[in-house]
Formats: sequence, structure tokens, C-alpha cells
Amino acid sequence: MTVADKTVSGTKVSITIDGQPVEVDQGQTILDGCRSAGVDTPTICYADNLTPVNVCRVCVVEVDGNRTLVPSCSRPAEEGMVVHTDSDRVRHSRKMVLEFLGSGVDLSQATEIGPWMDHYGADTARYGESPEGMNETVKIQDDLYIRDYDKCVLCYKCVEACGDDAQHTFAIAVAGRGFDARISTEFDVELPESACVYCGNCIGVCPTGALQFKSEFDMREAANWRPEEHTVTTTVCSYCGVGCNLELHVQDDTIVKVTSPADHSVTSGHLCVKGRFGWQYVQPPTRR
Amino acid sequence: MFGAGGGTSSYKEVEETDVILLWGSNAREAHPIYFHHVLKGLEKGAKMYCVDPRRTSSAKFADMWLGINVGSDVALANAIGREIIASGLTNDDFIAHSTEGFEDYKAHVENYTLEATELLTGVPASAIKEMAHAYGSAETAQILWTLGITEHHNAVDNVVALCNLALLTGHVGRWGSGLVPLRGQNNVQGGGDMGALPNKLAGFQDVVDDEARAKFEALWGHEINPTPGLHLTHMFEAMDRGELTAVYVIGENPADSEADIEHARKLLRGLDCLVVQDIFMTRTAELADVVFPASVAWAESDGTVTSSERRVQRVRKAVNAPGEAKDDIEIIGELARRMGVDWGNPTSEDLWDELRSLSPLHAGMSWRRLEDEGGLQWPCPSMDHPGSPFLHGWLWEDDLGGRGPAPFSCVDDDPPIEQLTDEFPLRLTTGRALDSYNTGVQSGGFNSPIRYGDELDLNPTDAAGLGIENGERVLVSSPRGSVEMNIRLQPDIPVGLSFTTFHFPELVDTNVLTTDQYDPRSGTAEFKAASIRVDKLAASGGLNA
Repeated sequence: MTVADKTVSGTKVSITIDGQPVEVDQGQTILDGCRSAGVDTPTICYADNLTPVNVCRVCVVEVDGNRTLVPSCSRPAEEGMVVHTDSDRVRHSRKMVLEFLGSGVDLSQATEIGPWMDHYGADTARYGESPEGMNETVKIQDDLYIRDYDKCVLCYKCVEACGDDAQHTFAIAVAGRGFDARISTEFDVELPESACVYCGNCIGVCPTGALQFKSEFDMREAANWRPEEHTVTTTVCSYCGVGCNLELHVQDDTIVKVTSPADHSVTSGHLCVKGRFGWQYVQPPTRR
Repeated sequence: MFGAGGGTSSYKEVEETDVILLWGSNAREAHPIYFHHVLKGLEKGAKMYCVDPRRTSSAKFADMWLGINVGSDVALANAIGREIIASGLTNDDFIAHSTEGFEDYKAHVENYTLEATELLTGVPASAIKEMAHAYGSAETAQILWTLGITEHHNAVDNVVALCNLALLTGHVGRWGSGLVPLRGQNNVQGGGDMGALPNKLAGFQDVVDDEARAKFEALWGHEINPTPGLHLTHMFEAMDRGELTAVYVIGENPADSEADIEHARKLLRGLDCLVVQDIFMTRTAELADVVFPASVAWAESDGTVTSSERRVQRVRKAVNAPGEAKDDIEIIGELARRMGVDWGNPTSEDLWDELRSLSPLHAGMSWRRLEDEGGLQWPCPSMDHPGSPFLHGWLWEDDLGGRGPAPFSCVDDDPPIEQLTDEFPLRLTTGRALDSYNTGVQSGGFNSPIRYGDELDLNPTDAAGLGIENGERVLVSSPRGSVEMNIRLQPDIPVGLSFTTFHFPELVDTNVLTTDQYDPRSGTAEFKAASIRVDKLAASGGLNA
């Protein structure tokens, strides 16, 4: 008796990116091709462990024969595709997207977006003063999370991580339309009253610091958050037997934040409340 | 049944299987990230059946919840086996080639008709039938379980009753099909693998096996006692008989976690010598003659742990241990030195390499490979072996890999030892809540906004009968003792059943109530089935103590 092996089909697709021939697996996206070709591409709403939702439009590229720019993060590569990532049209579009975002949102902690603003020469001041609705009070409803709506770019990542891309808790969604659109709990109840189970997977995917560990927020407020000094050590969570890898971010010999690698086969970057927040017993006043 | 103790399957397999039986496990809360893999399976179209006395948060994701009477799992499994046989859904080639004892099993389960089993288990015959047909006709299927199966006095019977179903259908030993006990602690698998079992040396080699022992003796230059030691539960019995008088506890808190806790504490207090090695001054440490302050294994020292999919992964030192706290390896080495043996100052990698030289399961797992390959799943017998995503592929080999066929086991329904009485008419079962863990030594370190404490979950109908309201403080008594608790009305729990966690022993000494009846073969206590009564505080006059 034999058992059939399940193997992925090995079909390859050939495309051209900025004049360079690139081969990707069938089903992979233009973004995957850009990455394997070493072409840096900005993304905001895209993450390796989430399904693309195509809302930020910052990863757009020009594809010969396509009328509009296409989002590289979700468009599968097709045989013979000719892709331009650095044409005037692409640069202009990416610059505009970044300027619009930066004109209405506080991107000061969006460490991955900042360099792209510089790269494309995005000038948010072109659109005048900050719009109404900024300077909202930071929402602090418990000891684990803060929500700072001034920093939210509505990328949907938190909604996806809370929903069917990972956690399946569905505690948050986008409520309202247009300028009123915002991430909300059901009926805008306080977080502890919502369906939230405090896995922190929304924080894990937030690109701007709009969702943040309360511990990080407090350290930032005290001007004591020094990421350039952080060491990051990968280890295994101490609770149940699933074996989730944790990345311990350490400052001054103290754990200040926990994440999980997105490419880890066990977690895909997602954790539960114990893994994400349960490390604090390592350093209570009684031990240190 | 199949040899070495470990879950047969990789997490990835539950994403690709067709039918999932989640049996006695609330993985949504107790193994949340494993449940993410289950959810991926459900998204791809797998059907899930959840067997649990409670309609748990896991059950709410299932296609069907089978609300079983506490402790009637063998009956349900036998009925499913009978229905699979009666409906011709057996894998006859597999049974003939890879198993033995089928005819006996078939005769044995004959009495477990759908109707008879409905009476024993409380599960409707139609539901039993549907689950049997789904499992029996699936191309691939997995049975997942946790302590709902093993925290019973007939734990081993429960496990083999589930294994029988895999043997009937061939749902074991191949990708997507398997038997998966989810491990409740981050290294309970690794501890067993390393020989922290009374009758095993590292790599599940028997301590009674002269040849296996000789290999260890040759390397260690010392004779090993060939008599198997004692399970934790047996240790407490030996303390009770006055035979065990000195105990060395490493990273465990039995003074809070044991069943029938007052009795356990009395025994610990009565020891001549109690040594505790822990990162905290736990309640057990408070009873100790000597306390060794230890480092946090996963954040302050280097080593490995092994997960529920048998994946050995590195833990790494990220911060320094405080004060005088020392690495476990260093403490044990110093202790040996005081006893006149100098083991030098081995690193965790040195010890790992020694283990690899003794345990064929781990021989191919060099420190380098563990780093580079994101951990490896045992067995991994050589450096060019990729590790094993699933176990027992030999069942499908023409020569069974040189082994004998896997035996069916004939086991019978055997209800919980503590029966319900007029005095104690409610069934109490215990378990974990999402944001907490065991006796709270670790999970007590953070302020969870969703923590509700050890409340007693009760069906509103039972509460109404007692004249008790949601949130009311009541007196909860079992034949062993009483504690005060708050009531949480919970429609998801059936009439006649109550449930609580045991995470806050400082507030509610839940294990005052639980029974220390246990399975002598596994040593696991029947935490899942005590009998209790609930009284209004006004009527009882409250606790005197």
C-alpha cells in the first residue's frame, strides 16, 4: 500500500519587470516577482500573513496593455506580462497616495512609510493644515492596548487579522463612510465590552502605531522608547504546548514588546493573549 | 498502542483534512494558535464535530456539537465504531493488513447500539450516526483531544477507544489523517521525550530494557536503577504511606494544582525534606525546606522545548536572570558537585549532543539544524533526515516496517467514580479560560481585561431551581470541602453540569472540590468529574473557616 504525496504544482510564469526577466510560480503576484527581482516596492495594506484588500494603492505598477495602474500585491503574474515599477505615472501615483495619507494622518511612527515619503518626494504640506478630526484623544480603555485614531490610515489590516485571515473574532470593522470612516467595535462600545479577546494580532499588523501596546505607548510618552537599542531574540512561548515562536524585544535588559515572525510555520505571525502579553511575569517587581 | 507517545500529525495537516473530531478539547481557548490552523481547515471546507459536555467557544465553530455526559466517552467511541462497522464504512484492506483483534472488537462493541448509547451519553442517536458516517466515509480525518479525554480515572481507556476508530478507518499514518493529543504545557512533550517519565529513559527507551539501560550506563559510567519510578499521583500515595519522605520539585506548583488539595498540602508539609526549584515563591515553595531560585527557561536561558507536533525548537536567552537566580542546568550541576560528582559546566548544546548520542529519535537534530530549519519534528534519526511530519507511516508499508500489526482494544463504558447523589447532585468539571493558565503563577503577571475569575458556570434552569441569581456569591461543596464562589449564569452549559477554572487559587481554592481518584496507568486525576452541591450563603451561614 502506498500513500500519495501532496506536492505543489511547479508551473512557472515568466514576466518582465523594469526590463528584467523574472520567473515566478504560477499563482504568485507581481509583488512576489518584484521581491525576487530585488525591486523594492512600497506597501501599506499588504502583509505576507494577510489576504490583500487593495485599499492603499501605494504598491501600484504599470502593466503594458492595462488601462489603469494595477495593485502589485494582489494581481497574479501572467505569462509574458511587462511591468514597470518606476515610470513617471507610477512615481506620480505613489507620491500622491503618500501625500494624501500624510496630509490627514499622523505618520510619525510609521517607520516603514517614512522612507517612501522621502523617496517619492511626498510633500504633505501642499494640502494645507491638518483636517478636522485630527487631535483626537488617544483611547485607553485597559492595560494592554491603546487606540490613536490620528494615526489610522484605514488599511484594514487590523480588521483582516481580527477576522477571517487569522483570529475569527470579528470584534472590529470599518464603520461609517467617507471622512467618517473609522475602525470601530460593534456599536462603538469600549474594547473590553466588545467581542475582543485581546490577542493583539491587530497591533501586530498595524503599520502606523494607531494600535499600540499600552506598555510601548507609556514608554514613548515618557520619552523612553529607544528602538535603535532593542535586541530581538526568538524563543518559544511558555504557556500551552503549541510551540509559538516569540520575538522578545529587549531594551535595558527588560522585555518591552513581543511579536512573532510572520514566516513561522506555527503562528504565521499571530499570537494569543497569553503569548502576546503573558510574558510580564518574567520581570515583576518581585523578581527584578 | 503504537509505541512512542506523541501526536501523530503536523499542524499543517488539520488545514488540509476533510473531517475533524474535536473531542474533549476547547482548543479555541486552551490552544488558540493551533485553533488558527483548525480554522484554516474549516475555511477550506472541513467538517468539524465537537464532543464536549459544554458548548464551548470551540464548539461554536463546529458543524455539530455533541453534548456528551461527563465521562461517557468510551461509550460514544464504541457506538461510533459499531456504526462504522454496521454501515460498511470500515477500511477492510487496512484492517486486514495493519491491525489485529478486529473480530473481537466487532463483537465487543455490538452492544453499543445508537439507542443504548444515547441513554449512556446523552447524545442523540442521530448525532452519533452522523458523526460516525462523516468520520467513516472521509478521505482524511483527524481526532484531536486534550484533557477532556485524559483527566479521567479511565483515561487510557478513553484514548484507546479513540485509537480504535482510526484503526477501523485507516485514519492514521498518512498525511491529513491522525490522532492528535494537544499538549497543555510548552514542554510537556519534550519532558516525556527526555525521559521525565517514571518508566522511560530519553527517547522513550524502557528503563526495564537491559540493552537500552546499558547504553546510558556506558556513557554515564554509572548503574541505573532498573525499577520504574512513580507518577506524580503515585508519589502522593507513597507520601501518604510514609514511604516517600524527600521530594525535589522543579518548576511545578502541586500545592495549588493537585486534586483534593488540602490532602496534598498536608502530605507536602509532612515530608522530611522538600526542595523546590522555581522562578517564584509559589505556595509549594513556601512549604519547602530549601528553595533554589531558578531562571526563566524560555527567556533567561538557552535550550529546547518540544511542541504538540513533536517539533523541537530552540529557546534562547534574551534577558539576564535577576539576583541569585541560576540556570536549571547550573543548579543541578552544583547539587551534583555537593554530592561529590563533578559534571563540569556543560552548555545546553553539550547536553543536547549527549541526548542525540543516546536517543535515535533526536540523533539528526544538531543545534545548527534546529537554528536553520525552524525546528525539526522527531523522529529525525540522522543528519540527512528531514524530520517526520507524521508518525506511523509504517502501518501502510507492505512489511509494516518490520513491526507487528496494531491491536484493537476492547474497553467498556466506565462512568466517573464519584457518582451524583442527593447530597451532591451537580456534576462539576474544570478547565482553562483563554487568558489564564493553570494556577496563575505566570498568567497572573498581566492585567487581562477579559478575566472574570474562577466563577462557577451554571445553567440558568439549575440556578432558578436553587433561587440563585447571576453574580450571586454561593457556597460550593463537594464530599471533600467547601469554597465560596460567584455564580455565572451560562446557557451554554447543560442542566445538571457546572464548570469552573482553577486559575486563581488565592481567591478560590477550586481543587478543594476536585477528586483525587485517578487512572493508575496514566497517573492522571479525574479533575473533570466531581460531584458538588450549591447552597445560598444566607441559608448555609457562610464558611466558618
